[in-house]
Amino acid sequence: MRRPKAPLFLGRASYRRRRLSDAARMLPVVGAFLVLLPILWSPGQTPAPDTGVDGIYLFGVWAALIAGAAALAPVLRGKSDPMEPPPESGGDS
Amino acid sequence: MPFNLLVLVALVYVAFLFLIAFAAERRAARGHFAFLRAPMIYTLSLSIYCTAWTFYGAVGYAARSGLEFLTIYLGPTLVFVGWWWVLRKLVRIGRQQRVTSIADLISSRYGKSNLLGVLVTVIAVVAATPYIALQLQSVTQAFGVFASETPEGWALPDRDATAIWVAAGLALFTIVFGTRKLDANEQHHGIVIAIAVEAVVKLVALLAVGIFVVWGLADGPADILARINNSPIADWQLQPGRWTGLIFLSGAAVICLPRMFQVMVVEDAGERHLARASWAFPAYLFLMSLFIVPIAVLGLERMPAGSNPDMFVLTLPLAEGQGGLAMLAFLGGFSSATSMVIVEALALATMISNHIVVPVWLSLQPAARVTGDVRRLVLMARRLSIGGVLALGYAYFRLSGGSGALAAIGLIAFTGVAQVLPALIGGIFWRGGTKVGAAAGLVTGFAVWSYTLLLPSFGPDAALPLAVFTDGAFGLDWLRPQALFGVAGMDPLLHAVFWSLSLNTAAFALGSILTFPGPVERMQGAAFVNVFDGERQAGALGWTRGQPDPEALLVMAQRILGPEPAIGFFEIEARVQGKAGYLPDPTPDFMAALERQLAGSVGAATAHAMISQLFGRAMVTVEDLMAVASESAQIIEYSARLESQQAELSRTARQLREVNEKLTQLSVQKDAFLSQISHELRTPMTSIRAFSEILTEGDLPGGQVMSYGKIILDEAVRLTRLLDDLLDLSVLESGTVQLTVTLAHLGAMIDRALAAASSTRPERLFRVIRDVTAEELHIRTDADRLVQVLINLISNARKYCDAAAPELRIVVRQKGGRVMLDVIDNGAGIPKAAQGLIFEKFARLTDEARAGGAGLGLAICREVMGNLGGSIGYLPGQRGAAFRVVLPLTR
Repeated sequence: MRRPKAPLFLGRASYRRRRLSDAARMLPVVGAFLVLLPILWSPGQTPAPDTGVDGIYLFGVWAALIAGAAALAPVLRGKSDPMEPPPESGGDS
Repeated sequence: MPFNLLVLVALVYVAFLFLIAFAAERRAARGHFAFLRAPMIYTLSLSIYCTAWTFYGAVGYAARSGLEFLTIYLGPTLVFVGWWWVLRKLVRIGRQQRVTSIADLISSRYGKSNLLGVLVTVIAVVAATPYIALQLQSVTQAFGVFASETPEGWALPDRDATAIWVAAGLALFTIVFGTRKLDANEQHHGIVIAIAVEAVVKLVALLAVGIFVVWGLADGPADILARINNSPIADWQLQPGRWTGLIFLSGAAVICLPRMFQVMVVEDAGERHLARASWAFPAYLFLMSLFIVPIAVLGLERMPAGSNPDMFVLTLPLAEGQGGLAMLAFLGGFSSATSMVIVEALALATMISNHIVVPVWLSLQPAARVTGDVRRLVLMARRLSIGGVLALGYAYFRLSGGSGALAAIGLIAFTGVAQVLPALIGGIFWRGGTKVGAAAGLVTGFAVWSYTLLLPSFGPDAALPLAVFTDGAFGLDWLRPQALFGVAGMDPLLHAVFWSLSLNTAAFALGSILTFPGPVERMQGAAFVNVFDGERQAGALGWTRGQPDPEALLVMAQRILGPEPAIGFFEIEARVQGKAGYLPDPTPDFMAALERQLAGSVGAATAHAMISQLFGRAMVTVEDLMAVASESAQIIEYSARLESQQAELSRTARQLREVNEKLTQLSVQKDAFLSQISHELRTPMTSIRAFSEILTEGDLPGGQVMSYGKIILDEAVRLTRLLDDLLDLSVLESGTVQLTVTLAHLGAMIDRALAAASSTRPERLFRVIRDVTAEELHIRTDADRLVQVLINLISNARKYCDAAAPELRIVVRQKGGRVMLDVIDNGAGIPKAAQGLIFEKFARLTDEARAGGAGLGLAICREVMGNLGGSIGYLPGQRGAAFRVVLPLTR
C-alpha cells in the first residue's frame, strides 16, 4: 500500500536553512554557558590540582565550538550575502 | 647568538615585508585580486588581535594566574562563533555605508555627527597610546634579552634608541603602504598581505617553541600534564568575577578595537570571508593558546627564580641553547608587535584625519571646500597623524619607563575601547538611540574609565595624588577611584569595567530616551538597524533637492578620489543610467552613491558636509525639510483656496442660471399673460363696438335696441369684473394688500359664502353636507378675503359639478395650529394632467359655462391664501373635485 505523500506546506531547504541560522545564533550562548561553567567548580578550593583537567575541558569546549561554527559556516555563507557573486574558483583556497 | 646577526635578521625580515607588501600592491594595481581576497588572508589579517601582548604576555599571564589568560581568547571566540548576531550586521553596515573607522561608524549612525566622531577618536587614541607603548616595550625587551647574551661584549643598546628606531621604521612602513591611495574601497592590500605573512610567522614561531617545549624538553602531552599538576600554577585561582568580566571585556574589545575594526570591517572583502573567519579565527586563537601553559610551566621550572615570565618564549629556547628557535621566536614577537602597531596607527590616523584635522581645516578655510586640493590635505593629515600616534606611543613608553606587566596595560586599553560598545550595539540594534544619548554614554564611560583605571594605573601620586586614592576626590569617600560609591574590595580592573560600562550604558539609554533625534539621525538609525531589510534603502540620505552640475561634482570628486578613479566612477554611473560619456544625471541614487564613495575617503560626516557645502541647498537639513514641508503646505492651502473659489463660482453660476431660467419663464409668462389679457379684453370690446355701431345707425325697432343695449351692458359688466379681478390680483401679488384682521366665526363665514355663491347657476339644487360642530371655531383672519376664497370654491363647484344629484361636502378639521377646510363635490373632478394648471391665471379647463369667469378665480384664491399665511391646494382622490384650504388659527 502506498502512503499518500504529505502535502508540501513549506520549502524544506529554506526551512532547514532558517533553523540552521537559529543554531548559529544559539552557538555563542551555548559556548558562553560551557565556558562559564568552571566558575561552579572553584578550582582553587578543590583538594586535587585542577589546571590540567580544566585546561583540557576548556580546550575541548573551544574545539567543539570551532567545529560547530565550521559546520554551520558553509551553509549560512550561501544565504547571508545576496550582494556578492558566488565564490569564484581558486579564490577560495 | 651575535647581537648584530639578530639586528641583521630583523632588518632582512623588515625588507622582506616591504617587498611582499610592494608586490601585493603591484598585483592589486594590475587587477589580480584573487589571492588577495582569499578568505584565509582575511582570517590571518584578523590575527592582529594577537599582539606582542599575546606572544610574550600570555605566557607571563599564565605563569601568574593560571588559565585566566584564556579569557582574553575565549571572549573573541564567542563573538566570532556568534558572528550571525553582531559581526555580520557590522560588516554589512560597514560595506553599505562605506565606513572608514569605528569613529566613522558611530558618527554615521547618529546623524553623521562629527562630535561623536571626535569623541570616539579621542577615546581610541587615549586607549591605544599605552598599547602602542606596550609593543615598543616588548620589542626593546626582546632586544635586551639577546643583548645580555652577547659574549663579545657588545654594549647593551640604548633602550630608547631601539624604541625610536622601531617606531620610526613602523611609521615609515605605515605611511608608505597605508597612505599611498585615498579610498577605503581600494583597501590597503600591501598592509593586509604583510600582516597575513606576519600572522603566519608568529603562529609558526609560537607553535615551534611549544612543540620544542612539549616534545623536546618534556616527554609529550602526558608528561606535560603531570608537570602542570606539579607546578606552582597547579591549582589556579579562578575568580568568578574576573573570569566572567574578562571574557566579556575581551569580547567587547574584539569588536571595538580600532585595529580589529579596521581589518574586520573596513578591509573586509565580503561576508563569506566572515563566515570562514567565524571558525578559522577561533581556531587560530586556539592554536596560539595551546602551548602557552606548557611554556609557562617549563619556564617556571627551568628558568632561574626572578626571571621575567613575560620573556619565557625567548629566554627558554636561549637557555636551552636553541639559537635558531629563539631567533624564530624573536621574529614572531617582532611580527606581533609590528603588525599591531601598523594597523592601529593606520586606523587611528584615519580617524584623526577624518574627524579632527580635515573638519578643523575646512572650517578654518571655508574657501578650500571649493578650491583646495582636499586629496592632498587628507593624505598629509593622515601621514602626520600616523607620525603623531607613534610619537605619542613612544612618549608614553619614555614616560612610563616601560614598567608594569604587559597584561595589565593591555586590559586597561581593552576597557577603554569597550566604552564604545553601548553606543555601537545600541546603534545597530535599537532605533531609539540618539546622538545625545551616545555622546552622554561615551563621555560618562570615558570619564569613569579614566578616573578609576587609567589614571590610577600610573601609581599613587603620579597622575592622581595619594589623598585621592585613600579619601576620594574632594575628600568625598564615595569617590575613591578604586571603590566608587563605596564598593570596596573589588578587583580594581573589574571595578572599573563594571562601573564604567554600567554608567555608560545607563547614560546612553537615559539620554536616548529623554532626547529627540534629528531627521538625519532617524533615517541613519533605520538604515543601520534594518540593514538586512532591503539593500536599496541604504542611501539613507536622499539627495532629493537641488540640481548640482555633474561637471562640478566630477571636479570635486577628482580632488578627493584622484582623477582616474573619479572619472571611472562617473563613467560607470553614467552607463548605469544608460548615458554615454562621463557625466551622469545627478539623480538621488547617484548622489547617494557619490557620497558613499567620498565617505570611503574622508568619512561620512565630512563627505556629507562637503557635498552639502558645495551644493548649498541640496542638503536635506532640518531647515530644508521644514522648508519643503511649509512649501507643500502653502501649495495645499493655495489649491484648497482655488477649490473653494471654484466651488463658489460654480454655485453662483448655478444660481445665475436658475435666475435666468426664472426670468425667461417670467418673460414667457408675461407674454402669455399679455396676449391672454388682450384676448380677454378684446372679446367683450368687439361685441360692444359692433352693437354700438348698429345702434348709431338708428332706425331700429325698440325691442332690438333694448336687447342690444342689454348685450353692451353685460359685456361692459364683464369687462369691469375682469378689470377688477386683474386689479385685485396685482394688488395681491405685489403684497401691498390691506388686510383687516378680526376674530371671525368659521361657521358664519361658510354660511355667508354659501349664500353668496347660491346666485351662481341658481337652478341647480345642491345638497350641502356640513359638520356644524366642527365649524364652531373662531379664527383671527381677514373674514372678507377668506369668504371670497370660499365663494370662489363653492361657485366653481356649482358651475362645473356635472353629477346628476350634485352634493357639496365641507369638512373642517383642526390640526396643530392650523385649520384645514376641504370643499369637495361629487363631480368628475379634475384630470390629473390639469391639476397643476388650475391655479394659473387664465387657466380654464373647458369652454363650457364660462359664466363671467376670466380664469382668474383660483389664481386670486392662491394669492389670498398666501397673504393670509395659509395655502390652497387640489386634494386628489376624493371622487370629485376637492380643494383644501389651510390657514392658521391666528394670523
